[in-house]
Amino acid sequence: MNLSLTEEQVLMRDTLRSFLADRYAFDTHRAILESESGWSANCWRALANELGVLGASLPETLGGSGGNAIDNLVILESMGRSLMVEPYLSTVVIGGGLLSRLGGALAEALVPKIVSGEVVIAFAWAEPQGRYELSDLRTTAVRSDGGYLLCGHKAVVVGAPWATHFVVTARTSGGERDAEGVSAFLVERDTAGTSLQSYPTVDGGRAAELRFDQVRVPAHHLLGEEGQALPMLERVMDEAIVAVCAEGLGVMRRMLDETVEYAQQRLQFGKAIASFQVLQHRMVDMHIAIEQATSLVTVATLKLDEPPRERAQAASAAKVQTGRALRLVGQSAVQIHGGMGVTEELAVGHFFKRASVIQHQFGSVDHHLRRYAERL
Amino acid sequence: MDLAYSPEENRFRDEVRAWITQNFDAPMRAMMAQSKNGYLDKEGQRLWQQRLYERGWVAPEWPVEYGGPDWTHTQRSIFYEECAGAGCPQVIAMGVKMVAYVLMKYGTAEQRARFLPPILRSEEFWCQGYSEPGSGSDLASLQMKAERGGDDYVLNGSKTWTTLAQWADWMFCLVRTSKESKPQAGISFLLIDMRSPGITVAPIVTLDSPMPGQQEINQVFFDNVRVPVSQLVGEEGQGWTCAKYLLEFERGNAWAPTLKHQLRKVREIALKEYAAGAPLFEQADFRRRYAELEIRLSAADASELRVFSGLKAGQSAGADANMLKLVATELQQDITELAFEAVGIYGQAKVRDTWAELQNRPADPRPGPVYAAPAAPAYFNYRKVTIYGGTSEIQRNIMSKILFGL
Repeated sequence: MNLSLTEEQVLMRDTLRSFLADRYAFDTHRAILESESGWSANCWRALANELGVLGASLPETLGGSGGNAIDNLVILESMGRSLMVEPYLSTVVIGGGLLSRLGGALAEALVPKIVSGEVVIAFAWAEPQGRYELSDLRTTAVRSDGGYLLCGHKAVVVGAPWATHFVVTARTSGGERDAEGVSAFLVERDTAGTSLQSYPTVDGGRAAELRFDQVRVPAHHLLGEEGQALPMLERVMDEAIVAVCAEGLGVMRRMLDETVEYAQQRLQFGKAIASFQVLQHRMVDMHIAIEQATSLVTVATLKLDEPPRERAQAASAAKVQTGRALRLVGQSAVQIHGGMGVTEELAVGHFFKRASVIQHQFGSVDHHLRRYAERL
Repeated sequence: MDLAYSPEENRFRDEVRAWITQNFDAPMRAMMAQSKNGYLDKEGQRLWQQRLYERGWVAPEWPVEYGGPDWTHTQRSIFYEECAGAGCPQVIAMGVKMVAYVLMKYGTAEQRARFLPPILRSEEFWCQGYSEPGSGSDLASLQMKAERGGDDYVLNGSKTWTTLAQWADWMFCLVRTSKESKPQAGISFLLIDMRSPGITVAPIVTLDSPMPGQQEINQVFFDNVRVPVSQLVGEEGQGWTCAKYLLEFERGNAWAPTLKHQLRKVREIALKEYAAGAPLFEQADFRRRYAELEIRLSAADASELRVFSGLKAGQSAGADANMLKLVATELQQDITELAFEAVGIYGQAKVRDTWAELQNRPADPRPGPVYAAPAAPAYFNYRKVTIYGGTSEIQRNIMSKILFGL
């Protein structure tokens, strides 16, 4: 039993935090979001080349540093503190993780380019009718000429405008919500018949509606077995859940720091509002919520290699605990900031918006309570 | 006790409903459905308020002599229920529901004759200059200076959180005219022409990312602004009394009708959204959460009826007013939160200009259903309601003082 970070992990965390403090401070962050592309390709390259962050959790055989999911947790928590929008989660955790586990020629071709920052991946799993269910699919892939023809509409694909490749879920057989018949494909961005409708998201990111009209996908771009991808995708989803929770921890810690600092500076009735007991208790409750969430996110990260039932329960438990914490911490941070909290002038409002989105990303509290309960 | 309405009251309700059906027209309904903050744009607000004025209904609480409709309390609550139930915009409060009462009580005959008719006709819009960057919950600490210079006051300082200042022709404003030992004593109540030289209105961008010109709040700067002494209301140093009088009106309206409309919209969304192949509204977890909100809302509604029906004309609701504000605002936030959750994944998509299609501006095709776009902005925007008009923390302080003498 050991719940401490390794020396390498501590070093990476500190290096990344000072990099973000230096190159991704709040004003810079806002300028990046408001730019035409909405992200910083420079920062992305720096994460790859200067810091080696993009390869930290990926296998050495594929150009990475041979780390693990704890590295992802450390990295995403730091990114959350700086409200970084760059698509680490979908590119490294989802794309890099999935390809590395599958191995083979596709992994050998792409994972080194993930590590070097050349390949950027978006995860196209959601559909307009599907809410948070992985298997609720109307997108279809049918065999044709030794490959597949992909047709359908993927909704709110986060990071898609920056992606070079998409991981796309589609149905190769069965009915709309069947567990059987789910497949996954890697689709290159510029494949004929693929169209993107890009837009900003309320939390400062970018996303797209992705439409596939008879898109030809080669057979070797099938990820996993045809029709049997759901168990594999459930694992991918659990990794995504844990990762987004880790980011949420960073978002919450920053909100609490900002709130305590503001409460110490803001004077009303001749004293700092931090001296009012009602606010002191509320800030302590924020701290407790963050700590409780941190504990379950850590446990869920360590259980990603457990059998599916234990893994899914741990991930859903982390999402429930973190989702509730995000709500309490976010709403309290805004409330304690008073009028300033509802403006875009201070950082706290931007963190609150990101927190509100993470609450529901990859499934709401209700969704994950049900998912946990189904596995009791 | 009797919950039932009389036949005359029911006839009145029918009359109001028929009028709203005709006058709250399709373009206005479409605009309101896509509003992020509960208002139309300036032209829309003016048009709606002028229609109400022409019918004689824009100022239900005003005495008949100033143009009020002479309604009973029950008629007024029926009227508000019908307006809110149809999703009508609220009349902008600062003129009709705020400064007007101060003028009626403390204004001179000249001031009443000059200002009340254009308020009633919505020819002049007003804004409220109370809070300052350093004075929010502790309003009495306000610093904006007004010094006598001949027949004018000369103003320097700034006001903040000024709702719809960019539309306003006039501001009613609390200023410091002297430094007394008690901070409340040196405050005066002034009427300021917003076109006066030296006034700058700077938008404050709220979390719902309003379009330029549609911002809800502003900071207003005063640089040697001259205001004639004739625009002082009441006596110099009597501003705090005026402000306290006005506060009773700010906290005196029923919230439940608006909340019912907002909750009904959540139900409509949940009937259209799908979860596992069935409407979200069929899902047991969702229904349970909806039911919880509906029960809390019933309690808020009945509490408002109990409090208001026990009040005589002109009587203040005391701690009950603070309770109703707390209960209603916390509930309103939970309703906007459930709406944000109900729209599902498309809640993340940002449509900044939700009125683009309705006002024939170029617009990209929208991601997701049309009802999804205002959900997140409204959730973010409504965090304001437990902060403005006295934060929830201040409300609870006041209540413990009034109720228990603590």
